[in-house]
Amino acid sequence: MNIVVCMKQTFDTEAKIALDANGKINKQGVSLIMNPYCEFAVEEALRIKEKHGGEVTVVSVGGPEAQDALRQALAMGADKAVLVDPGMEEVDEFTTATILAKAISGLQYDIVLGGFRAIDDGSAQVAGRVAEILGLPVVNVVTKLEIADGKATATKEIEGGSQVLEVALPAVFTAQKGLNEPRYPSMKGIMQAKKKPMEKKTLADLGLDAGQVAPKVKALSYFLPSARAAGKIIPGEPADAARDLVKALREEAKVI
Amino acid sequence: MARWLFREEHEMLRRSVRSWVEKEVRPHVEEWEEKGEFPRELFARAGELGFLGLTYPEEYGGSGEDYLAGAVFMEEMARCGSAGVAAGIGASIGIAGPQIYKFGSEELKRRFLPPTISGEKIGALGITEPNAGSDVASIQTTARDGGDHYLVNGSKIFITNGVRADYVVTAVKTDPAAGRKGISLLVIEKGTPGFSAAKKLDKLGWNASDTGELVFEDCRVPKANLVGQENAGFYYIMQNFAWERLVMALAGVVGAQVAMEEAIRYAQQRVQFGKPLAKFQVIRHKIADMAAMVETARCLTYHALSLFAAGEDAVEAVAMAKIYACETASKVADEALQIHGGYGYMMEYPVQRFWRDARIGTIGGGTTEIMKEIIAERLIR
Repeated sequence: MNIVVCMKQTFDTEAKIALDANGKINKQGVSLIMNPYCEFAVEEALRIKEKHGGEVTVVSVGGPEAQDALRQALAMGADKAVLVDPGMEEVDEFTTATILAKAISGLQYDIVLGGFRAIDDGSAQVAGRVAEILGLPVVNVVTKLEIADGKATATKEIEGGSQVLEVALPAVFTAQKGLNEPRYPSMKGIMQAKKKPMEKKTLADLGLDAGQVAPKVKALSYFLPSARAAGKIIPGEPADAARDLVKALREEAKVI
Repeated sequence: MARWLFREEHEMLRRSVRSWVEKEVRPHVEEWEEKGEFPRELFARAGELGFLGLTYPEEYGGSGEDYLAGAVFMEEMARCGSAGVAAGIGASIGIAGPQIYKFGSEELKRRFLPPTISGEKIGALGITEPNAGSDVASIQTTARDGGDHYLVNGSKIFITNGVRADYVVTAVKTDPAAGRKGISLLVIEKGTPGFSAAKKLDKLGWNASDTGELVFEDCRVPKANLVGQENAGFYYIMQNFAWERLVMALAGVVGAQVAMEEAIRYAQQRVQFGKPLAKFQVIRHKIADMAAMVETARCLTYHALSLFAAGEDAVEAVAMAKIYACETASKVADEALQIHGGYGYMMEYPVQRFWRDARIGTIGGGTTEIMKEIIAERLIR
C-alpha cells in the first residue's frame, strides 16, 4: 500500500499575525509548523502503512523553509519526502494543486491523503483539485478510514452527523480532527529522518513552466480584524439596570 | 529560538517535547499540584516517547548519550509550569540513573537502566540526612559488612521520588572512620525488608513531586547492589553533580522565563489609572530588566552546558551557572509576583507557584554558598 501525503507548512497557531509596510502578511520571525490537519493525514498514512505495509511519501510545495515540516513527517515515520519550490512569491490553490498533482503522478500510490484544510488560508481546495487533476475519487473531512481488499471505507462528517462511504482505490482522502491522535517524533525518529531521502525539485524538474501554474486568483489586500471594543457596564439598581440593558440591546445593539 | 549550541535535531526534539508537554502535561499540573503528586504513568508515557533515554546509549534502551538532547528535554519539561513534575522526572533519569550507568557493574546496569529509561521503574538518589546536608562526608547511615550482604542502618531526608521510588541509590558509610573516603553507594530496592519510606514531606514548593524521608533498620542489601568500588561513593556523587546542577540551572532559566511571560501577559490585561500596566514605563523597564537577567542566565548556563557536553572541565562554569540562574529564577519570579499585585498573592494565580518553586534553586543540589566555595577553591590556590 503506497501512500502519498500532501502537506503544507503554516504559521504556528500561536503566531501573532501582522502586516508589513506593503500590506502583506509579515513572515519575519514567525515560527512555522506542519498544518495540524496535515499532521492527522501523516499519522493516518503511518497507521495504514503499519497495518498493510508499503511506503509513505510526503510532498509539499514551498520554499526551503518547508523542509522543516517535511522532516517532521519523516521523523514521525514517513519514508521519503519531495519538496517542490515553485520559485514564485504568490501562489493560489490552482498553482499548488497543479504542482502537487504533477509531482504525485510520477509516484506509485494507492492512497493520497491530505489535511482537509490549512489553518492559514482555510480554503480547503487543494486536495480536491489534486483529485480532479489525477482523475481520482475524493472523500473530504474524513474522521475514520479503513482499508481492505483494494477498497476504503471512509466515515466523513456531514451537517449534523456522519456518512459512511465505500470507495475504490486509488482515491484521495482529506483528514478532519478526530481521525487520530498524531504521534510525537521520538529522538530515534528524528535521527533516522536525517538519513531519509528529501528530493528537492523545481518546476522545470517536473516539466512545468511558470506560465502553466500561474495563479488565477490575486490577493488584492489584507487587513486585520478590528480590535474588539471594550464591554459596557450598566450601573444602577437591578430593576433600572435591566431596563437600561433591554433598551441598549434594542436600540444600540439592535439584537432584540 | 534557535541557539548556537543546538543542532537541527535538538530543535526538532524541542518541538516534539513541547507539543507533548502542551497537550499531556500542562493541562493537568494544577490538579497534580493539589494532589501533591503527578501520576506514575507519566514516567511510562515519557519513556514510551523515548524522552527518558536521551542521555543513555542504545544498549540500555536509550537513543545515544546526547547531553544537549537531555538538556532540551529538561528545559521543555520545566515549561509545564510545575517545577515539581520536572524535578520528579529529572531525579529518576538525571540523578539516580547516571550513578548506575557511569559507575555500576554491567549487571546493575542491565537490571536498572532499561526499566528506568522505559519509565517502568522510578529511581531516586538518597544522600541528604537530617544531620548531613552540604557536609556530605558527615553522613551517618552505615552499611556493615555481613559477608554476602551489607546491613544498612540510618535515615535519609528530602529525597525526591523517595516515597514511590522503586530503587534508591543510597549513600552509606562503609568505613565510618574514614570520612569522605568511607562512603559507598548501594542500590536499595523498594520492598527490601528493613527499608521504609517513612513519610511524604510538606514543602514550600515543588508540590507535584514526592519528597520523602527514608528509614533503614537492619536492612539487608546484597553486595551485588554496590555501585562501583567500595568507599569511592563520595567521588561518584561529586562526578554527577555537574549534570544535576546544570539541570537545575536550566530549570531556573526556564522558570524565570515562564514567570516573566506570565507577568507580561498580566501587565497587558490589567488596567489601572485608565491604561494597561504594560503601558507604564515603570513596568516596561521592570520587564526589560527581567528579560536581560533571564538572557544572561541562559547564556551562562548554555556556556556551562557546552563545556559539559564537550567533555571538558565544567565544574566552575556549572557552579556559576547554578548560582546565577537559580538566583535569577527567584528574583524574576518575585518581580513577576510584584507586577501581579494583590492577585499575585492569591493561590489561584500561577505566579505564586513560580515564586515558591523557584526558591529551592539556591538550596537543592548544592547550595549557592557551596557553589561559591567550589569557585573560590579553583580561583584561590
